[in-house]
Amino acid sequence: MMTELHQNGQEEVRIGYFVCHCGTNIAAMIDVAAVAEYVSTLPNVVVSKDYRYMCSEAGQDLIVQDIKEHRLNRIVVAACSPLLHERTFRTATQRGGINPFFCHMVNIREHGSWVHEDRAEATEKAKALARGAIGRVKYHKALEKRREPVTPAALVVGGGIAGIQAALTLANTGKKVYLVERDPTIGGHMAKFDKTFPTLDCAACILTPKMSEVYAHPNIVLWTYSEVEGIEGYVGNYQVRVRRKARYIDEELCVGCLDCVDECVFKVGNVDDEFNVGLSKRKPVYMPFPQAVPKLVVIDPVACTHLNGGNCQKSCVDACERAAINFDQTDTIEEIKVGAVIVATGFKTFDPKRKPLYGYGKYPNVYTALEVERLVTSCGPTEGEVVCRDGRTPKKIGIVHCVGSRDHQTNRWCSRVCCMYSMKLAHLLHEHTGAEIYNFYIDIRAPGKGYEEFYERLQEEGNHFIRGRVAEITDIPKVAEEEGMLTIRVEDSLAGFVRRIPVDMVVLSTGLEPHADSQDVRRMFNISCSREGFFLERHPKLAPVSTTTDGVYLAGCCQGPKDIPDTVAQAGAAAAEALTLLDTGYVEMEPSVSVVDPIFCSGCKTCLNLCPYHAITRDDAKGVAVINPVLCKGCGVCVAACPSGAITQNLFEDREIFEEIEEVLAYA
Amino acid sequence: MPEDTQPRILAFFCNWCTYTAADLAGVSRMKYAATSRVVRVMCSGRIDPQFVLSAFAKGADGVLIGGCHPGDCHYISGNTKCLRRHRLLKRMLADMGIEPERLRLEWISASEGDRVKTVINEMTADLKRLGPLKLPERCVAWDVEAIDEEPDHAEAVAKEAVHA
Repeated sequence: MMTELHQNGQEEVRIGYFVCHCGTNIAAMIDVAAVAEYVSTLPNVVVSKDYRYMCSEAGQDLIVQDIKEHRLNRIVVAACSPLLHERTFRTATQRGGINPFFCHMVNIREHGSWVHEDRAEATEKAKALARGAIGRVKYHKALEKRREPVTPAALVVGGGIAGIQAALTLANTGKKVYLVERDPTIGGHMAKFDKTFPTLDCAACILTPKMSEVYAHPNIVLWTYSEVEGIEGYVGNYQVRVRRKARYIDEELCVGCLDCVDECVFKVGNVDDEFNVGLSKRKPVYMPFPQAVPKLVVIDPVACTHLNGGNCQKSCVDACERAAINFDQTDTIEEIKVGAVIVATGFKTFDPKRKPLYGYGKYPNVYTALEVERLVTSCGPTEGEVVCRDGRTPKKIGIVHCVGSRDHQTNRWCSRVCCMYSMKLAHLLHEHTGAEIYNFYIDIRAPGKGYEEFYERLQEEGNHFIRGRVAEITDIPKVAEEEGMLTIRVEDSLAGFVRRIPVDMVVLSTGLEPHADSQDVRRMFNISCSREGFFLERHPKLAPVSTTTDGVYLAGCCQGPKDIPDTVAQAGAAAAEALTLLDTGYVEMEPSVSVVDPIFCSGCKTCLNLCPYHAITRDDAKGVAVINPVLCKGCGVCVAACPSGAITQNLFEDREIFEEIEEVLAYA
Repeated sequence: MPEDTQPRILAFFCNWCTYTAADLAGVSRMKYAATSRVVRVMCSGRIDPQFVLSAFAKGADGVLIGGCHPGDCHYISGNTKCLRRHRLLKRMLADMGIEPERLRLEWISASEGDRVKTVINEMTADLKRLGPLKLPERCVAWDVEAIDEEPDHAEAVAKEAVHA
């Protein structure tokens, strides 16, 4: 049937129009029956129907049956956005026995019923759009998807728990994985945590075995202290450039014995230790933390005397028996080929200095939650002893929730994890110090398995929960008991009055934010951000780990705040999506590429410089432009520029678009 | 088009940013005037200036072009090509006596659903204030002028007008 149609260009166009109610989503605002009736009067329309759920099996079967019964050769479906269900209806069209690209969708839900309030106007708009589609679809051609082979390897960007989980899952299926981490060690934020909520199991006990597994895995190439610099290519065939920053240590030789660290001319640390979030100092040559993976030291070029051109006796070099220190090392660039990319770049915590009323940086005993994680952990700077910066052991501690979350002055979103980690810290701080703990919250959000029970447990343990956003933290006493204390002023919105609560120590439960350079990362991988700057998934429900760029997937907090269980689950999902691509072995390319008709091409070269992908060359022998379909991504820039009208973009042909414009506007 | 009806905006939205933003406006149930008719293209760089002229010639009161923010184009630089064509069109439309408010170029990213709502509502208000463009009717009037100017060739001019 298909071939018969195409060998005979004069074949009668027989259009089927199907308009969806989408339950009441569309039908409540658009008179779908009236639209169907109107469309039935348009030329070439053989069938025009409305149905309750077009995307359902029964709805799709309606299309299949009508194609067969009425010898339809064009299908127009008016329903939701084509970004949601175009593939569904193309597949149904194909099942009916005709080429899937004879199907066209009209968006009357997202662009229609959901955004309009006047039923008559919305119905008129749906009719006009239907007329445009009926006009354009007669020019549709049978198109074939081109198949390209896929490189069976994946790049995972970011070595936190999300990246680790995704890399391990993929590597365990036998695929090669490149795991690139910016810091000298993998582990991310989770490595800094003491315990995890709500089970209170030790974070290191869960994470460090996975970190070692990554290092030892035969299918994983681990590049820490490295950054992705650029990516080219397309789904299934990406070329990635990775900068491996100079560690000034030969990775093959270093065994992580720390002799160099001991012998450094600086006898005590002189740089804020990143791993302990500034609560301790490290030397210019250092191991990020004892369980770091890879177990290699690194030399900080900013802090090292020798690398800053200073005169240093370089005792570290003498101390290293294996001669692993190499001050001549420079950055190297690795070029790799991968089929899929998983972006798992994580988050940063809110800087509480943006809320000056909370006194962070002004009062020494005001801490961020991440600092307290390091204080309570036995491998932290105080080996688990909770002592304030001024030396006192706190007897009363206030935990301020929602710092940089649910706040119209800073970040509007809920960071999802702060309620739970605040309660975890409340429990741990009480356990370590016996202090009285006050939680200041707006709402307690404990929506997870065992989370509400944990909240109840905390209440039973005698923690105070005071509902109200803290207004101010001050060291100015009003009464004797506030002398030498930090006083938290808050409106207790359950009791209905303002309270002043003196404490020794304040913990600010800072929210989660996108990284400062997330926009650069987004541009590099050609993905989108949602309003707050987290990376945008293709669809929140149907494609929650995919992005608008095929072959690029998301895992972890770079997509939005989430806790460890959700992150691990999402990372597994991203790995599964990537595996689907890699394991299929080929990728089907959308046929919406551009083609030059050599008969009309004058060989003027206008298009050559416009193509962002250098897909167009000039065949000098024939004097015409030629588009390489493998390189063409189908933007259509050349089509719009061709002075001879010699270039056609499949599915977006000039005649299709002109007809759509004319017919949409022809509807009175 | 009767004077009391709504203006008609033909909108060309790029698939990756503005079309997605319009989808987001829908998912967020933002409400805006039912005046736009969206033609989806993959990239704002696909928008041939002739599409815009054709839209006006076929009766649009306004044309809205939506693309990704500069630097964010899904196809690297298609939106900057669109920008250059837009500037060219602005000059041409001015020469034709078409008010500048009738052609609008907006960079709207996938997360800016509210921007779609605002722009369409603003443009609807602008076009209501300007009144219908009626370019097809004006073209007929221009043909009459041409016939008046060239009475000796009236028949040939009229014949051309029919074909146009």
